Amino acid sequence: MNEVLIYGVITLGTIGLVSAIILFFVAQKFKVIEDPRIDEVEEALPSANCGGCGYAGCRAFAENLVKAGNMNGFNCPVGGSEVMNNVATILGLVPEITEPMIAVVRCNGSFSHSPKKVEYDGIASCSSANTLYAGDGGCSFGCLGLADCVAACNFEAIFMNPETGLPEVNSKCIACGACVEACPRNIIELRYLGKKERRIFVSCVNEEKGAPAKKNCAVACIACSKCFDVCPFDAIEMKNNRAYIDYEKCKLCRKCVEVCPTNAIQEINFPLRKLIVKEEKENGRESVVEGVKRETHKAKNEDNNPL
Amino acid sequence: MKTFQLGGVHPPENKLSAKAAIEKLALPKQVIVPVGQQLGAPSIPIVAKGDVVKVGQLIAKSSGFISANIHSPVSGKVFKIDETYDTSGFRRPSVIINVEGDEWLESIDRSLEICREIKLDSKQIIDKINEMGIVGLGGATFPSFVKLLVPDGKKIDFLIINGVECEPYLTSDHRLMLEKGEEMLIGVRILMKALNTQQAMIGIESNKPDAIENLTKLAANYQGINVYPLKVKYPQGGEKQLIKALTGREVPAGKLPLEVGCVVNNVGTAYAVYEAVQKNKPLFERVVTVTGKSVDKPSNFLVRVGTPIKELIAAATEGFPADTGKIISGGPMMGKAVLNADIPVVKGTSGVLLMPDVESRRLESNTCIRCGKCVSVCPMGLEPFLLAKTTKLAKFDIVEKELVMDCIECGSCAYTCPSNIPLLDYIRLGKNKVGQIIRNRNQK
Repeated sequence: MNEVLIYGVITLGTIGLVSAIILFFVAQKFKVIEDPRIDEVEEALPSANCGGCGYAGCRAFAENLVKAGNMNGFNCPVGGSEVMNNVATILGLVPEITEPMIAVVRCNGSFSHSPKKVEYDGIASCSSANTLYAGDGGCSFGCLGLADCVAACNFEAIFMNPETGLPEVNSKCIACGACVEACPRNIIELRYLGKKERRIFVSCVNEEKGAPAKKNCAVACIACSKCFDVCPFDAIEMKNNRAYIDYEKCKLCRKCVEVCPTNAIQEINFPLRKLIVKEEKENGRESVVEGVKRETHKAKNEDNNPL
Repeated sequence: MKTFQLGGVHPPENKLSAKAAIEKLALPKQVIVPVGQQLGAPSIPIVAKGDVVKVGQLIAKSSGFISANIHSPVSGKVFKIDETYDTSGFRRPSVIINVEGDEWLESIDRSLEICREIKLDSKQIIDKINEMGIVGLGGATFPSFVKLLVPDGKKIDFLIINGVECEPYLTSDHRLMLEKGEEMLIGVRILMKALNTQQAMIGIESNKPDAIENLTKLAANYQGINVYPLKVKYPQGGEKQLIKALTGREVPAGKLPLEVGCVVNNVGTAYAVYEAVQKNKPLFERVVTVTGKSVDKPSNFLVRVGTPIKELIAAATEGFPADTGKIISGGPMMGKAVLNADIPVVKGTSGVLLMPDVESRRLESNTCIRCGKCVSVCPMGLEPFLLAKTTKLAKFDIVEKELVMDCIECGSCAYTCPSNIPLLDYIRLGKNKVGQIIRNRNQK
């Protein structure tokens, strides 16, 4: 009985010992030398693995960042400047200052602005509908309202508004760009979040001439160039029958918003225009256009400050 | 009787207009001629606003190898060159012409006399077909001359003429075979000469006995042309299915019929080739079936390209049927619902179908019950449920591996599904995405 036990222990012990020696040498031979800072950087990142930085997940971002040795072009949109400062401290580098961004939906063709003309009963996917028809309002550039962007968002930052049939972005957006990729009509764009989260953008991507564009949608950009003429900062570009506001040049003066005849230019999170409101009260009437503007204001403000 | 083996369905035929002879439709006041009527690159307009054009005059030039010339279907003044809505509501450049009289180019032979002698040689025929803007009239509108250019080292054993017309409701090819059989057969001889092949097979489904009889009788005078009746089964009109049915050969995945020594052309195309080569007449009119259960007089019209489909509907039925749910351009299986009735007839329009509201609605879809019906009816031997599921889950590597690109979009799977799952919608989406992925990969 004892003998069996002893032989067993000796045999197994020898096998174990020999294997350990082999493993030791193999481990020496195939040792992968990895920069320990990669682990540290990865630790500092938010592990969202969203791909918003342009790399396949946080690990790949950390590897490329450490390898590059500088911060140029590396930015984690989820963590923002705080995380990037931490990362920079780990690597002993100077962080690149980046302005925070947010996704904006450049279409305002809601049910009331662009009434339904036809019925679509195919599958609920924008990329599928985009190959089949122009859109139920008739605009072949506008939002199809089938929520591919909502499905693409990992941060619960974009939702369909059942009243307008359009997606709305909330403050959870970290500008990873997933919705921009998902939209088959390139309606969503990343723009600067702006001071006090104030933004001005042309909420239309229609490239048709004025008349057919306006026929399908009340708030279409008709490329009248009024905003282009009034802009003191040269921030507006007229191209393909539509206006585009360059967010890097725009100083948020709101002059373009005032002159736009179709209300295609949207302003978000701005205070009400006191002068106009006062004038209207004195005249004892409310202009319809301004009424619409204020309404959108209110809605957006409520969105960002849920109290 | 021959047919293809794999899959297939039997939708109700509803060939309401089979007895209606081809009628010439009155000229409209204005025609809208889109410049992108063919598969491939859109043509480039060569006329300007205010130009006076004659019937058959070139108005838009082919802009590449896979493209086609477009000729004026009417005589009159070019009103403007502008964008107009296409079937899906997208805006496409078109030439809009106000009709004035009906003055044809002198080079076109308008007599009804049948020209039997083929004077041109193979190369001249191909050039002529290219010049006259002939495209495949079966629906895909692929430029016909491209199919006739046989690469060196390849030999064409069979020219296959598609007279199947497996789509329910449509009868334009049927009527053409009955009324223009002789001309069509000369067209087939011309195509045979162009391809340098000795044998042509005409496949016709057995639900058109009069057409089979007519063509068999006429074909006796033409050496090398044989007519084959086929068992009725949808989608026999698919290129690969027809080759399989007639010759027993199978086109490999992702390859052209050329690979197995076959070229397939539609009967309508054969007739257009006859007119182009023998009569010097460009392709600017075609036979269109206007049909539907509520249509007073289901008809087959000879229509100029560019005529708004509302004119066709008005000619076939008094007042617009109140129960119409969808207007479909093409047949009920593969056709497309149009956004409004102002869109024009193009070279590829084979029919206009007014579908009653009740029939046009999709039924509520349920979960897959794993019955396997879609697999058993797929004529390409694919697994539609799997393609739809993996597309839904965005696993496009699997979608590609399961050969989604081989799908011919015949709709048999969605037609047969007892749970009403929109299988074809998903497969088409998957095909679209995989196509993009493949293109991106090839660019790198």
